[in-house]
Amino acid sequence: MANFLISRLVQSLILFVLVSMIGFAVLHLAPGGPLSRFALVPGLSQADIARIGHEMGLDRPLPVQYWEWLSRLLVGDWGQSFRDSQPVLAVIGSRLPATLELMIAAILIAIVTGIAIGIMGAVRRYSIFDMLATVGAMIALSIPTFWFGLVTIYIFAVKLQWLPAGNRATIGGSGALLDYLHHLIAPALVLALVEVAVWSRYMRSSMLDVINQDYIRTARAKGLPERTVLLRHAFRNALLPMITLAGLELPNLLGGALVAETVFTWPGMGRLFLDSLGYRDYPVVMGILMFSAMLVLLGNLLADLLCAVADPRIRLT
Amino acid sequence: MSTTTTAMLSPGSPKAARPRNRALTRFRRHRLAVFGFSAIIVLVLATIVGPWFIPFDQLHIDLRYRFAPPPAGGHLFGTDQLGRDLLVRLLMAGRISLTIGFAAMLVSTAIGVLVGVTAGYYGKAIGIVLMRFVDAVLCFPSIFLLLVLAAFVHPNVLTLTLIIAATSWMEVARVVESQIRTLRERDFTKAAEMLGASGRYVMFNELLRNAVGPIIVAATLTVARAILMEAYVSFLGYGIQAPTASWENMLNNAQQYLGSAPWLAIFPGLMITLAVTSFNFVGDGLRDALDARFDLA
Amino acid sequence: MMAPAELPAPIPAPDPADGLSARRQDPVLEVANLAVTFATDNGVVRAVQDVSFALSPGETLALVGESGSGKSVTGLAIMRLTPPAPKVQLGGSIFLRANGAARDLASLDPQTMRMVRGNEISMIFQEPMTSLNPVHRIGDQIAEAVMFHRRVNRRVALARAEELLDRVGISEARHRLSSYPHHLSGGMRQRVMIAIALACDPRVLIADEPTTALDVTVQAQILALLKELQAATGMAILFITHNLGVVAEIADQVMVMYAGRIVEQGGVVPVMKHPLMPYTQGLLRSVPRMDLVGPGAAPLEAIPGSVPDPLNPPPGCAFEPRCVHAEPGTCNIAVPPLEEAGGRHVVRCSRWRALRGRED
Repeated sequence: MANFLISRLVQSLILFVLVSMIGFAVLHLAPGGPLSRFALVPGLSQADIARIGHEMGLDRPLPVQYWEWLSRLLVGDWGQSFRDSQPVLAVIGSRLPATLELMIAAILIAIVTGIAIGIMGAVRRYSIFDMLATVGAMIALSIPTFWFGLVTIYIFAVKLQWLPAGNRATIGGSGALLDYLHHLIAPALVLALVEVAVWSRYMRSSMLDVINQDYIRTARAKGLPERTVLLRHAFRNALLPMITLAGLELPNLLGGALVAETVFTWPGMGRLFLDSLGYRDYPVVMGILMFSAMLVLLGNLLADLLCAVADPRIRLT
Repeated sequence: MSTTTTAMLSPGSPKAARPRNRALTRFRRHRLAVFGFSAIIVLVLATIVGPWFIPFDQLHIDLRYRFAPPPAGGHLFGTDQLGRDLLVRLLMAGRISLTIGFAAMLVSTAIGVLVGVTAGYYGKAIGIVLMRFVDAVLCFPSIFLLLVLAAFVHPNVLTLTLIIAATSWMEVARVVESQIRTLRERDFTKAAEMLGASGRYVMFNELLRNAVGPIIVAATLTVARAILMEAYVSFLGYGIQAPTASWENMLNNAQQYLGSAPWLAIFPGLMITLAVTSFNFVGDGLRDALDARFDLA
Repeated sequence: MMAPAELPAPIPAPDPADGLSARRQDPVLEVANLAVTFATDNGVVRAVQDVSFALSPGETLALVGESGSGKSVTGLAIMRLTPPAPKVQLGGSIFLRANGAARDLASLDPQTMRMVRGNEISMIFQEPMTSLNPVHRIGDQIAEAVMFHRRVNRRVALARAEELLDRVGISEARHRLSSYPHHLSGGMRQRVMIAIALACDPRVLIADEPTTALDVTVQAQILALLKELQAATGMAILFITHNLGVVAEIADQVMVMYAGRIVEQGGVVPVMKHPLMPYTQGLLRSVPRMDLVGPGAAPLEAIPGSVPDPLNPPPGCAFEPRCVHAEPGTCNIAVPPLEEAGGRHVVRCSRWRALRGRED
């Protein structure tokens, strides 16, 4: 396992370096670059702007700038928001919990539902249930999340009035847990839609792979009840690739969260991203971009760690 | 056990399918792909020639008929806040959205094939670095990247196509690279090299010909993804701008009228879903058809 | 538990000259007219037809045949491990005599069958490398069978597992209990499979080509182990194989299958020394022999042609298209019935009497 972990760590480091390079490149693609905000300030001549640029070190060679930017990044200095001069990390940090709550809720729903549907589909292959599930999954993958969100709002908030149309809590409300959950349901479900489809398809195919293995035949030859064979033997093995899948789905979840937050006016990091983009508040935008990428890197590393723990073939070599 | 007995005895689940159901499923899956394909043809034709058959022009503003629910006043899908016929606008918008989808697919497939082939054939350092680069780009949520890039440029059909392509080529590159890597290990590539064929000949002719199948599947699914990505970007306001209509910015405008004129939001969304689903069905069907070649028994 | 059922008439008493020792106890496994039919997309496949045999305690019956002969399917059918109807139809009767009761396994409901499977009758398979669950420990995989059938707690079951590992020749048994399959070699994994199969003291063990995937030296060890265990426990073994050398070494009875039917059956000595069916003769002739080596020795003979298409069997004897002694008008008209040739030796050939003098 040590070898495995070390190689994964090294890979993650390489990826981190590449990610930072891409991020830096994107940052400098902005028209006017980091100086763009100054272009909007009246009263600053070109010479002034050039001088500010020189002070910010923008006329030094790119690799040097990259190195400085990266070092600042690593110590936590992510710049300051153009809008209110707050440190970018702090701003992100204030909005992060809301996004995390949404993502976790969606993941939980998606995993439980997706796995159940996947197992059922595999065990009752080609049945009506399985075919409906497959077609349903494909349609679910094709629906634009925000449209689904709008339709949900229309049906449940406008017509039926069962759920609130947005926000994290009722304005002026008591802030109770129930109220919070009431607001969480719709965006979490909408975000979970695509994930349920993905998980159920992968779980089904993983179960099918496992069910045809020889050790399942051995388990049956022991005379064990079918449920035990499926759960203790098949499921346990079919679950392993799902851990890797969780890591791979992280970027999609983050992107989906942005959309869900927009449709349901949920005050999370995604909303912040859009708002800042509208204001051309590049430090915050870049900050969120890098933060998401690093979150994905970390998530994948964790997933691999979990794999190593769960699979004795990796753990004990 | 012989291959016949193995084939007959699998899937090992006691609830294995009846023979009739198996054939039924194959036909049904086939039907889904056929449905998807026909839907695409219908959509493309409708968007190209449809508007000529509809008595209303997409820019024709008729304030008497504002917010007419379908099918009032001869407007099959209703009208919007300026009295413009929704169906016509949907079809015209379809031209934009489908064009972006196809174009983005072409560009991203080209990039993906180039990167994938280079990485797969040369292997070693170049291959590893390139594929790590692909992994790194995939660490960024596509929507985030798309939005940032879209904010930097003036969004029109061309720039949007390029941006969407810039965030969609990775999947194709991966597929191509892994195909080529496996094929490279196989004997016939070595045989071709031994016969004195030059490197580039080997690379493009032999390998590409065998990898064409998965590339087509990936390309089809890329169209679906591209249409969806354009949807997200435009919905969030960074895509096609008014007065040009695309399905997605129609949805954006419709958001505020959700309570009073829901059809303004429902129909564009349906069109997007229909288009994306069709491409996904076709892509899935193609993937199955290609896999079937390697099925034993 | 089902009440003892009516058994078919007993098979005639063995002739001592047969080579079978006088085991005149009631057979522990009695199969009559077993038939397994698969409904596939391309048509009906009769994988096994009209298979009958009796197995006594402590006896080993070798089931021999090429790939596609139906031998593996026979083993799986007896264990009721084949897919259920309507994909697979099971015909005939399978009487298992254990714990004082005789039951027809073919007619048991799945729940009762599960109590019998792995308990009174067990099976080991061909591929030891993939037959063990990679994420469970060895000890747990053995203990699982014990816990389910004997209803004991985990500690007792693991103790039994350790005892079994020792019995099958795995050293450091206690340490091995917590190993995972990927730590063990192929031969050791097969020993573990045997341990699992023996966990509940079965009366019958079905071994489906257990040594085919192993090295020759390991093969010999596993065979020796099986013989030793059989002598100690008195269990009967149905040994499925295509290797005639193995048959000669461990079998008391042998049954040759071709295209789903038995074509020759009897004591191992009569059948192998005086085979009556051309197919059996061909099989024996194609085995390389050290004493027939050297200049002037006849070349190895292969049986020409290939196994018939299971979807389209020939109208008469299934072996007729490949048989050098085939006689049109006799052999390709109808499937020959099984005829007695003396003692327990039976043969399915229209011309066996005519051919008998010639081969020796």
